[in-house]
Amino acid sequence: MLGNALEVEDLSVEVGGAAVLHHLSFAVPRGSALAVIGPNGAGKTVLFRALIGALPSRGVVRWAPGTRIGYVPQKLDIDRDLPLTGTNFLRSKAAVTGAGREDVRRALAEVNLPQRIAERPIGALSGGQFQRLLLAFALVGRPNALLFDEPTAGVDEPGEERLYEMIRRVQGLEHLTLLLISHELSLVQRFADNVLCLSGEAPWFGPPDEVLTPERIERAYGTPLRYHHHKT
Amino acid sequence: MAVAAGLVGCFAVMRRMALASDAMSHVALPGIGLALAFHVHPLLGGVAALAAGTALVWGLQRGTRISTETVIGVVFSLALAMGSMLTTGEELIDALLGTPGSLGVGELVAGLAGVTAVAGFVLLQRNELVLAQVSTDMARTAGVGVARVELLYLLAFSLTVALGLRFLGVLLMGSLIIIPAATAKLVARSLDEMLAVAVVSAVASTVLGEAVAVRIGRPTGPVIIAIAAGLFFLSLPLRRTR
Repeated sequence: MLGNALEVEDLSVEVGGAAVLHHLSFAVPRGSALAVIGPNGAGKTVLFRALIGALPSRGVVRWAPGTRIGYVPQKLDIDRDLPLTGTNFLRSKAAVTGAGREDVRRALAEVNLPQRIAERPIGALSGGQFQRLLLAFALVGRPNALLFDEPTAGVDEPGEERLYEMIRRVQGLEHLTLLLISHELSLVQRFADNVLCLSGEAPWFGPPDEVLTPERIERAYGTPLRYHHHKT
Repeated sequence: MAVAAGLVGCFAVMRRMALASDAMSHVALPGIGLALAFHVHPLLGGVAALAAGTALVWGLQRGTRISTETVIGVVFSLALAMGSMLTTGEELIDALLGTPGSLGVGELVAGLAGVTAVAGFVLLQRNELVLAQVSTDMARTAGVGVARVELLYLLAFSLTVALGLRFLGVLLMGSLIIIPAATAKLVARSLDEMLAVAVVSAVASTVLGEAVAVRIGRPTGPVIIAIAAGLFFLSLPLRRTR
């Protein structure tokens, strides 16, 4: 466990009787960023749900002692027109986790979401504001591991990069271990320390330069994908 | 009764289980029928059936992963059918639509205790309820015992239905839970406002309904629900804009 925030060994998950993940093993070093990629149906969300204990699984999921998880799902189960404000949402989590209102203000400040915007009903927020609210929600209660399922869902293209930069900045600020599911391979290339590519065949795990090769992407997605490869 | 209905209804509306909630109140009927057959107080039979129905819904939901709405729709429609077979004549009408009249001391004390329990649960557990209803996975990672909160919520819902069985019957009590909350959803801008508007709307409908029913010589329950529905339609022009 030394140096790792998460260790996964031989993880298998079935959903509705169908095997979705088979004998998956990987580790996430503390403070690093892991991007999980793969075509639709490859089991990315299933993996996250197994990691937080929401789905039964076989194998080992070992979080470092003292890990507090902040999780943001791909979509919420509610109508967006509910009279629920952003602050209702954040304060509910603060109350449940024992964090104070100061923690809510800190989380909002870290994601650059003004209080007056957070006071609006969640249905009145733009896609970008809503995603920042979800990030703030995950940060309430001082987590040290953040799981984000498609952070840029509902965000326009220029907003995607800004959101990734914000997530990376917050990660550094809070010393978070970051796991995120993404389809934005160019951004994954820039922002992830490691990539886990799930597909029908054996998964690949490693640094972006090793996993995000045109051949592997084509084998995983079944089609050649174009993305910008940023050299740093 | 109306206070509990307003509070519980807000979370039923949030869960998009408005129709299912109405069906859920029907489960009391076979209990009432059995209680009458065995010469027991009908409310006791209703409460027992609601408690058993709640446990069944919770168990089926967890065991089969079928949505709450579907489970409630099937189980409680069956309950209505069985209850109609077990109860007959005037007793069936009373069970379905409620009976007017004053409360005995025992009923009053039990009612106040029930309202206190439901209101206390909703107000004390509102944060857990909000998180569990926005996303069970987010709630779980925040440390909420989702299964426990869902069971307690269903029990609070059933207890609220039981509180209204005497006056509104199994057909109309579900409506007093849902309609004021639906009104509140239209006009409120925050959770606190929604809870307050739902309670005020439910209490106003009940008090006005009692008064109007006496004046026009009609049964209380249908008048209460008609007024609650009237408030809903009156609030449409005030609908919150984003």
